[in-house]
Amino acid sequence: MGEKNIRILMAKPGLDGHDRGIKVVSRALRDAGMEVIYMGLHQTPEQIVEAAIQEDVDALGLSILSGAHIILFPKIMELLKENRVDIIVFAGGIIPDEDVPALKNINIAEIFGPGTNTEDIVKFVKEKVAK
Amino acid sequence: MILSEEELKEIEKKAKEWESTTLKNVLEKVPESKQTFTTISGIPIKRIYTPTDIANMDYAEDLGFPGEFPYIRNIYPTGYRGRTWTMRQYAGFGSAEEANARYKFLLSQGQTGLSVAFDLPTQLGYDSDDAKALGEVGKVGVSINSLEDMEILFNGIPLDRVSTSMTANAPAAILLAMYILIGEKQNVSVDKLAGTIQNDIFKEYIARGNFIFAPEPSICIAADILEYCAKFMPKWNSISISGYHMREAGANAIQELAFTLASGMAYVEAALKRRLNIDDFAPRLSFFFNSHNDFFEEIAKFRAARRIWARIMKEKYGAKNPASWMLRFHTQTSGYSLTAQQPENNIVRTTIQALAAVLGGTQSLHTNSMDEAYALPTENAVRISLRTQQILAYESGVINTIDPLAGSYFIEALTNELEERAMKYIGTIESFGSGEWKMLSGMIKGIETGFFQREIADASYLYQKEVERNERVVVGVNQFTVDEKRPIETLKIDEKVQEKQIERLKQLRLKRDTKKVEETLDDLKKAAQREGNLMYPILECVKCYATVREICNVLRSIYGEYREKAIF
Repeated sequence: MGEKNIRILMAKPGLDGHDRGIKVVSRALRDAGMEVIYMGLHQTPEQIVEAAIQEDVDALGLSILSGAHIILFPKIMELLKENRVDIIVFAGGIIPDEDVPALKNINIAEIFGPGTNTEDIVKFVKEKVAK
Repeated sequence: MILSEEELKEIEKKAKEWESTTLKNVLEKVPESKQTFTTISGIPIKRIYTPTDIANMDYAEDLGFPGEFPYIRNIYPTGYRGRTWTMRQYAGFGSAEEANARYKFLLSQGQTGLSVAFDLPTQLGYDSDDAKALGEVGKVGVSINSLEDMEILFNGIPLDRVSTSMTANAPAAILLAMYILIGEKQNVSVDKLAGTIQNDIFKEYIARGNFIFAPEPSICIAADILEYCAKFMPKWNSISISGYHMREAGANAIQELAFTLASGMAYVEAALKRRLNIDDFAPRLSFFFNSHNDFFEEIAKFRAARRIWARIMKEKYGAKNPASWMLRFHTQTSGYSLTAQQPENNIVRTTIQALAAVLGGTQSLHTNSMDEAYALPTENAVRISLRTQQILAYESGVINTIDPLAGSYFIEALTNELEERAMKYIGTIESFGSGEWKMLSGMIKGIETGFFQREIADASYLYQKEVERNERVVVGVNQFTVDEKRPIETLKIDEKVQEKQIERLKQLRLKRDTKKVEETLDDLKKAAQREGNLMYPILECVKCYATVREICNVLRSIYGEYREKAIF
């Protein structure tokens, strides 16, 4: 698959308004030649999964900084499964290390914490989608 | 002018000599580490500053004395010698019971004011049993559904002896009404209540994201609060005009300064538009800034803010009462500057940022805790951050004299530069406006067209790329890294808070007078359709234990909900 075809949905589930990180990552992915759709704040799991289907994306990036990831990430992963949407899901935000194993267990491919270089995220997405 | 023409010429001549001899000799052998040096916001910094850099400055006009116009040196004639800043840690999580315990802990540790963090459902006008509240109840703040929760939150905390700051914006009127009623129950009359309601909706659209309605009706509600406080609450700050969150969203210092003061001007115009007398409300306007990593730039920013505001209030808006000219502000150290890597280093970062705020003359201060790149802070981490303030106040000696950096050629030149660049931005915002109230309409236009959001996104991306290219060092992240043992101990929020809150709501609905709730909500609806001050009907709703969502839903039915333009 050529790089130009990578389509990514970026979303903020839950209610927190911290969007510096997701905007920076969205722009870095766009600068790397991907088609990025950023949904904006306050998205429900249902809205996100519906958008992922409608937009026919290759990957989904999620960001939460409120602590609601414990409830909302599993909900999104379940909905994706129910709808048989098989895409790469990665996430970021304020996520304590001890929560990471459980999130990887439900098939979130990677958690990118504070201080991550956006180049690493670009590389990760390219490699994962190519597989 | 501080020096005469001849003296300045002499200095200029000597500076040239120095450059061509002493400096040149060294540069030939050892070049400097970079071609150009800049502040984080990109202002070029010279090798040295001399009196020639502030040649046009007039001491009396541009600096003056503490407690006098233009207030750059301090708003109080005794600075911190009379009283140090208020140590106010923003806190709140879980249920009202848990948050109440944390407040009592903080007060017992020598904290001098409270600052209430509400959870996101509360801030967005949803009750704990709303589908939208899933996973969010009690997470970033305390969950408040009705006056009942607020009664528990302030149980045993005498409102005549603490001042309280509340971070409420879209539902600010509701939470302020609750606080007033708690006061009543404690026999503390409304005029005795001291504190702040954030009530700054502009920055919610620009950076913080907790808006419910569109800008126009939201600003009307904010002005209702300004009006109500001007009438009944002489010790209460009716708004805290906030640049903090813009900075956290990636804005630079110039943007933070300009957009915050522009917002302040817009609120002034919103109140003037209602024919309020400027000197009735302006003394209770307060501000909220970020203190970031660039030490001198931050100090210059705080000083510039005071001088710009004093000049604007006096000269542009014609305020006569000196209290209307004084910019009073709260500061929080930068959350975004904290690193998940080697978290103990955050104590040092926070100390430097706190020192900048103090040297900049802040009225109150929140110092972040070292573990906040992971979660809300543990009690131990909060204690260290509070101790940081106490060490600054009681050990370092920085409070002994007022505005100690005044007269530094560099600080004064940088303060002038920030003022100039901020005024340029303010001019641009004003140019978006039309009609009698140009700053007010300009701010709304800027939000609706995405101007602010785009400016901030650009600055934010630029900074990120500088870090990634190693042009900006972040210790422990892009340099001086280690393999470390993780995870660190973090605070866990009980996932059962939501269940407990839902149960309490159920009980509340059984015991309150439903008919009265409906009547007061209906009155609110009618008031919102006319153009009356909504504080009065909201007070009645809250008194009958109407919930935050019930009240917000009435307003949603009239104003609708706002959807942001997602710009990146």
